[in-house]
Amino acid sequence: MMKQLFPIRHVMGYLASLVLSAAALIVIYGDLSSGANMAVLLITALIQASLQLFVFMHIGESADSKKELYINIAYALFVGLVTIFGTLFIFVWGWYS
Amino acid sequence: MDLDKFKVHGEPLIYGAMVSIALATIGILVGLTYFKKWGYLWREWLTTVDHKKIGVMYILAALLMLFRGGVDAMMMRLQTAAPEMKFLDAQHYNEVFTTHGLIMILFMAMPFIIGLMNVIIPLQIGARDVAFPRLNAVSFWLFFMGAMLLNISFVIGGSPDAGWSAYFPLASLEFSPTVGNNYYSLALQISGIGTLITGVNFIVTILKMRAPGMKLMKMPMFTWSVLITNVIIVFAFPVLTVALALMMFDRLFGSQFFTMANGGMDMLWANLFWVWGHPEVYIVILPAFGIYSEIIATFSKKNLYGYTSMVFSMLIISLLSFLVWAHHFYTMGQGAMVNSFFSITTMAIAVPTGVKIFNWLFTLRKGRITFTTPMLYTLAFIPIFTIGGVTGVMLAMASADYQYHNTMFLVAHFHYVLIPGAVFAVIAGFHYWFPKVFGFRLNERLGKHSFWWIVISFNVTFFPLFFLGLMGMTRRTYTYSEESGFGPLNMLSFVGAVGLAIGFLLLVYNIYWSTRYMPRDTTSDPWDGRTLEWATHSPMPIYNFAIVPTVQTRDALWSAKQDNIPLYDDKKITKIHMPSNTGKPFILGVIFFILGFSLVFSLWIPAILSGIGVIVMLAFMSFDRDHGYYISAEEVIATEKKLKRGETV
Repeated sequence: MMKQLFPIRHVMGYLASLVLSAAALIVIYGDLSSGANMAVLLITALIQASLQLFVFMHIGESADSKKELYINIAYALFVGLVTIFGTLFIFVWGWYS
Repeated sequence: MDLDKFKVHGEPLIYGAMVSIALATIGILVGLTYFKKWGYLWREWLTTVDHKKIGVMYILAALLMLFRGGVDAMMMRLQTAAPEMKFLDAQHYNEVFTTHGLIMILFMAMPFIIGLMNVIIPLQIGARDVAFPRLNAVSFWLFFMGAMLLNISFVIGGSPDAGWSAYFPLASLEFSPTVGNNYYSLALQISGIGTLITGVNFIVTILKMRAPGMKLMKMPMFTWSVLITNVIIVFAFPVLTVALALMMFDRLFGSQFFTMANGGMDMLWANLFWVWGHPEVYIVILPAFGIYSEIIATFSKKNLYGYTSMVFSMLIISLLSFLVWAHHFYTMGQGAMVNSFFSITTMAIAVPTGVKIFNWLFTLRKGRITFTTPMLYTLAFIPIFTIGGVTGVMLAMASADYQYHNTMFLVAHFHYVLIPGAVFAVIAGFHYWFPKVFGFRLNERLGKHSFWWIVISFNVTFFPLFFLGLMGMTRRTYTYSEESGFGPLNMLSFVGAVGLAIGFLLLVYNIYWSTRYMPRDTTSDPWDGRTLEWATHSPMPIYNFAIVPTVQTRDALWSAKQDNIPLYDDKKITKIHMPSNTGKPFILGVIFFILGFSLVFSLWIPAILSGIGVIVMLAFMSFDRDHGYYISAEEVIATEKKLKRGETV
């Protein structure tokens, strides 16, 4: 009963994602080099994303639909990477000069 | 508070629109009260979670929007019919072409397709409803409230006027100070959330709720196309969500994402818009391909040629659709390397599309073709769409595109792709599945009349635009001089537009006429169909199938009819679990509407209150403990008996 009313896993996950968001603010308020800033953003973002996937989206739970799940994640990665690197390609690397 | 910003001044047309909206609203309210239909409306429609009724509401809304967008189109064609016309001024012309584009793509084509999806997909896979029926209602009401929010902009505050693509810096607060583009960001955001939820809902429905035996490669082609479409929705719409949110911050809260000062980048909007926008084209066209595949197979009395290659070509299209977006802005300033890359990916899309065209042609080959209305639309689609596709390849060549860019040639091209690719498809699907939902067919003679009006007038309207574009007429110009020589072809185009209007009015008259006079269909399978949706009664009972069918082959119903393969194992009828109706999605939609409206006009107190309302409503809905109800076996048996006797339930 207590477990139902207070889902400890989800609450911890929620708190962790708040902490991670706050930690990323170092980039604005801290005085780090731009390389260090990027590293902070990358690491907090990666942890944040996996937190969402494992805690809130139940990725580890169902065994019968693993294949569909991985195809979906691969597709999402494909679209995300294409958007980011495509934009960089258009506006930075391939810009007319 | 400054009341002045709510008012739209000037034109008698606007006052006419205000009066007609007011009269229509009063008419509906009085009518509902007079015929005592308020309870009926609430119980049967506003609170429904039944996929069939939600589908019907989507299609009704889409038809309404088709006429709103059609009136916009008529106004534009009239304004440009002759040189120096004074029918609309520049500002209203801008508003009209902007809302025409937005409404036709987002509030006509999309909901029409989602409506057909809602009605047909669960039936086609042998399911009793979608995976999340209540969420489905949320989707519909968010779409509907978004659409209404955009529609009232015409009379309250002014419509968006920076084109349906709302390019920055034109759409920024600096250059578009009216509330029009606030409407844009909020109306699209609200209905976009609804679409995203639909995407999730239908992926789960198709992956998890198919009838036993229906492997993925045994699914009907329409189901396949819808599955792939929804995957694209789920991955493309978040980009729009983010872009619209940034636009809203820019316009309402003074952020600088897309401005030209303080590190903002106006071109990033065009980039993000088309990262979503190009897959969006395939979101409206892939289900159309599915509809055509069903119709061609049914009316050629053959199974679809090249099923596997059909599926793979759609998969390849869905991947490639994310790799071509920069072809919408070849002239923005990126280098030759970038343009060549996107040029090649764009032309590559023509290959899987060509595969599909040939598959349809081979399906027709040696088939016993019957020329019904849906089949006529399908047959007209193939050559017209090919013209659209070939001009698309012309536009795909970046260097040549410097000539075509932003001319009427482009306008002609995308109408040649989208009208046969989406509008003909939904009309064909509408005629084809109409007896499934209502139990009688639309009249064929009237249907064919409206078909010929629409298909001929379509070509008369849009073919001249190719030449106007090559002559140098740019799109979105509200008038031109006599010396330009654009007059005669524009007049021809206007004549075509009148013909299109007549065709669509005939279509509506056909619905009215058929409702009154067409004989009720007793077979439940009027077209000699091939797929599972025709295996239950027409109109279908609330639970769709009394016994869930077992599938062994691709065209399950066809082989059941031809080879006597039983669809229903001798399973006994058991009690059926159904979701119960709820008014919460509708209430959530209304609160979203208030939130959107308050944000458009920066009314912070109501915005904060309704924002809290949305969160409260969401929390309330997630603690909902209503797990649905059961229809007892006896009740199902009684209903089935009645339906077999041809009574309505």
